[in-house]
Amino acid sequence: MTSLPENNPAAATSPPRASTTPESAPSKPAANPTPGGTRAPAEIALTIRDLSIYFGTNKVLKEISLDIQSKAVTAIIGPSGCGKSTFLRSLNRMHELVPEARMEGQIRLFGHDIYSANVDPVVVRRRVGMVFQKSNPFPTMSIADNVTVGLRLNGIRDRGLLAERTEQTLRMAALWDEVKDRLRSPAISLSGGQQQRLCIARALAVQPELLLMDEPASALDPIATARVEELILELKKDYTIVIVTHNMQQATRISDHTAFFYLGELVEYDTTSKIFTNPTKRQTEDYVTGRFG
Amino acid sequence: MANALNPSATASQPPAAMTRRKLGDRAFEYLTLLMALAVFILIILIGYELAHGSTLSLKKFGWHFLVSSDWDPVSEEFGALPFIFGTLVSSAIALIIAVPLSIASAVFLTELAPRWMRQPLTIFIELLAAVPSVILGLWGIFVMVPWLRTHLFPWLKSSLGFLPLFKGPIYGVSMLAGGIILAIMIIPIITSVSREIIRSVPGLQREAAYALGATRWEVTRIAVLSYAKKGLFGAVILGLGRALGETMAVTMVIGNRPEIAASLFAPGYTLASVVANEFTEATTDIYLHALFELGLVLLGVTVLVNALAQLLLKTLGGPEIKSQH
Repeated sequence: MTSLPENNPAAATSPPRASTTPESAPSKPAANPTPGGTRAPAEIALTIRDLSIYFGTNKVLKEISLDIQSKAVTAIIGPSGCGKSTFLRSLNRMHELVPEARMEGQIRLFGHDIYSANVDPVVVRRRVGMVFQKSNPFPTMSIADNVTVGLRLNGIRDRGLLAERTEQTLRMAALWDEVKDRLRSPAISLSGGQQQRLCIARALAVQPELLLMDEPASALDPIATARVEELILELKKDYTIVIVTHNMQQATRISDHTAFFYLGELVEYDTTSKIFTNPTKRQTEDYVTGRFG
Repeated sequence: MANALNPSATASQPPAAMTRRKLGDRAFEYLTLLMALAVFILIILIGYELAHGSTLSLKKFGWHFLVSSDWDPVSEEFGALPFIFGTLVSSAIALIIAVPLSIASAVFLTELAPRWMRQPLTIFIELLAAVPSVILGLWGIFVMVPWLRTHLFPWLKSSLGFLPLFKGPIYGVSMLAGGIILAIMIIPIITSVSREIIRSVPGLQREAAYALGATRWEVTRIAVLSYAKKGLFGAVILGLGRALGETMAVTMVIGNRPEIAASLFAPGYTLASVVANEFTEATTDIYLHALFELGLVLLGVTVLVNALAQLLLKTLGGPEIKSQH
């Protein structure tokens, strides 16, 4: 994961791409796994088939199947408790931190089964970045160290490379100009919005193949939110992003595809414009128009 | 009663209700202030009494008392240096042994141990704190010291004997034995405070590290221990405070000889031990006053070490974990 060509993070790290196209993917009749329309022969980053997650005996996700397109933003919406965060966490196996968590089904990241018996969750998480609801920089580390911590975990010690990657990633996260003169100051000296962009930079520094965001702007003020949204649109050129959001306007502003979850089931998955203007299911329409949830 | 719930009814007579609450609040404030001041005044009074009780010795020996190694009640020559040395060295040994052990067990109890094991283990560790120190001292004399004399010390001498620390004759009762017994006594307090500190590290910090692909050890290192370092340092200071003043168990195994030796196998003496041991023998006024002054020195050493620790704490970066809970 270390000697990658510049500015093309996904290409070098990813294994040979699976030739899955929307047409060839097996689809369930209940919910069409592939969104129609847009960018016809799009590459599929994630193939999820019959995914069910249990916490103890509680089944929180029920037979989810969908394909997530590469270099696009996919929004996951739904009322609280619908399983959208669990879904997101299953994509980097973070849900396994909960004792008694169990999964069924299959998730393939660029063709590779991330739940196969010989795959270490630690390795999966090094390939899939994650940004959380609340910014969580490491408070004892400097701004620069927060950016490079993932690289250092991967054993990179070369100061030149770390410095180079720090600048590159902070520029990508639109934070460089604000912090370039104080890279050695503690990360907690930054404002809330800056901290969240630092966390995005931290996730990007290891050049992940997929970036997961769990309501990344919900704790931010409108200005900081706008900056994070701009950033997401910018990152879409190079990254595959899956974002959970409570904010419908946000979903329409930044996402290409939207999946609506309700009570652990995938109700509808389609292009964002279709979901918000002309949804097929009644439940989706009720939710996006604010009649419940 | 119905009127009391009606906002317009209560609004007609707000002043009385408001002043009453204010008075109660004032009283509460003054009461707690008084309690807090009582602690402060108590320390001042103790210091004053100790200084008052040691006037003769303070006058006769002055600052020389702190640097003199003489302790001769017959010729009435007194100096505190061997005792200061013994107190500091035995406490340092205790910290060297206890800190890694305590923090490792706190990490195990909070991060790694299976859920069913956590509670019983915690109870056992806290039970260790409840063992009276005289019992620990007896165990020290009859079990630990003979074992040290026949097993650990000869082994240390043969493998690390080139160091001055592990040279010289082995008696069993020694500075090292005193340090070990102290370590056993401060492990429970450091462990249980560290455990609380580590438990209060936000889950989001751990998740941040896990999401970067950190292993459990890496999560502990970058997200837990570094976040908690200030609090953990505080836990260590609490342990040190206890070690400095501990009397009974140490007295029983340290050998009680006022000398400054490089070897940890040599007997030592601590400030607290000598006061406890010789108080009944102090027949002359100057002897009694010298013992009082040792108490004053012990108080001073404790205050000084704590002040130094606070200064050190300021240089550590990171969040104030104590204020979070």
